[in-house]
Amino acid sequence: MLRTAVLLVVLGLAVLGAGSAQAADFEAKLAIRDHKFDPPQLDVPAGAKVKLTVENQDATPEEFESTDLNREKIVVGKGTIVVFLGPLDAGKYHFFGDFHQETAQGDLIAK
Amino acid sequence: MLGTGLLVFREVLEAALIVSIVCAATRGVRARGAWVAGGIASGVLGALLVAFFADVIAAAVSGVGQELFNASVLLAAVVMIAWHAIWMASHGKELATQMKSVGGAVQSGARPLSALLIVVAIAVLREGSEVVLFLYGQAASGAGAIAIAGGIALGVVGGVAVGFLLYFGLLGIPMRYFFSATNWLMLLLAAGLASQAAGFLIQADVLPALGNRIWDTSALLSDASLLGKTLHTLIGYDARPAGMQIVFYAITAAVIALGMKIWGGSPKLAPRAG
Repeated sequence: MLRTAVLLVVLGLAVLGAGSAQAADFEAKLAIRDHKFDPPQLDVPAGAKVKLTVENQDATPEEFESTDLNREKIVVGKGTIVVFLGPLDAGKYHFFGDFHQETAQGDLIAK
Repeated sequence: MLGTGLLVFREVLEAALIVSIVCAATRGVRARGAWVAGGIASGVLGALLVAFFADVIAAAVSGVGQELFNASVLLAAVVMIAWHAIWMASHGKELATQMKSVGGAVQSGARPLSALLIVVAIAVLREGSEVVLFLYGQAASGAGAIAIAGGIALGVVGGVAVGFLLYFGLLGIPMRYFFSATNWLMLLLAAGLASQAAGFLIQADVLPALGNRIWDTSALLSDASLLGKTLHTLIGYDARPAGMQIVFYAITAAVIALGMKIWGGSPKLAPRAG
């Protein structure tokens, strides 16, 4: 019963995931270097669905997080992640690296 | 050390709050300590595994493996909590009566404790894997062993202390309302976890957001604040929920409430509205 339930959920999501379109109107890129974001300010068009790629050039893991955007995702050392955003209203959305908050801070500007 | 302690605290807190509710809901059950400890131990083991395979999980299913993994374990926890809550609704009254008469241990009977073991394990696994990755990074960038160990100690002690506070607070609820109160807490917990799962599926672009910000109460109570985080874990508070999150929340709450009403029988435990 337990195992069946868990298995069904996982399978269902895998099917959903494989079948999803994951289409975006705009692609943006962000790098993490020495526990800082590059660029620290990223411009994206408002009202567009954005595919944000975050490349971690450090050897240590980081968590890309934004309470403004309601997103959080681990990026392993030397790893790359993709996060889908929006469509966003015009405005400033703060993001940070949860594991190195003293330095890893940035803003996404939708306009 | 303080920075390390703070991050560890935040993650431990989230898991500790869930464990506290589970502990309260299993009040008086024989050997529940062993079940909870088993759940925590499996969670720690799982956290190490998940952290170790983080890159494999992240790369799976065209880069959205992490979201699908998170959503899957969250939804598994939702199913387990729903099962237990509905079971409790149909047996809670006898339990409370029994506990009042014998004033202590009652038989677990056919109670689905394994379901709650899984919930505890999942809570620890999710938060623990982040802690492991974070600490691994700290160690790799040359933080001292003392700073790391001190941070872990601070964070764990702090998080567990808040968990105990919640647990003993819940024990203050009068016995005749106790199990219906913990059952409702479990319902809200499950609805909140379902909403979090929806958030991950939106992030992976598997589900449509149905509106990115249905409302914004971040000025009133931010998700980043301690209270915001606590309510986020306990009842699924979200300062800026997406439409799909609200749909998941409402459906989960309605299904569990309906299940409790149908199988509950006792009017005291039955919800006012489905």
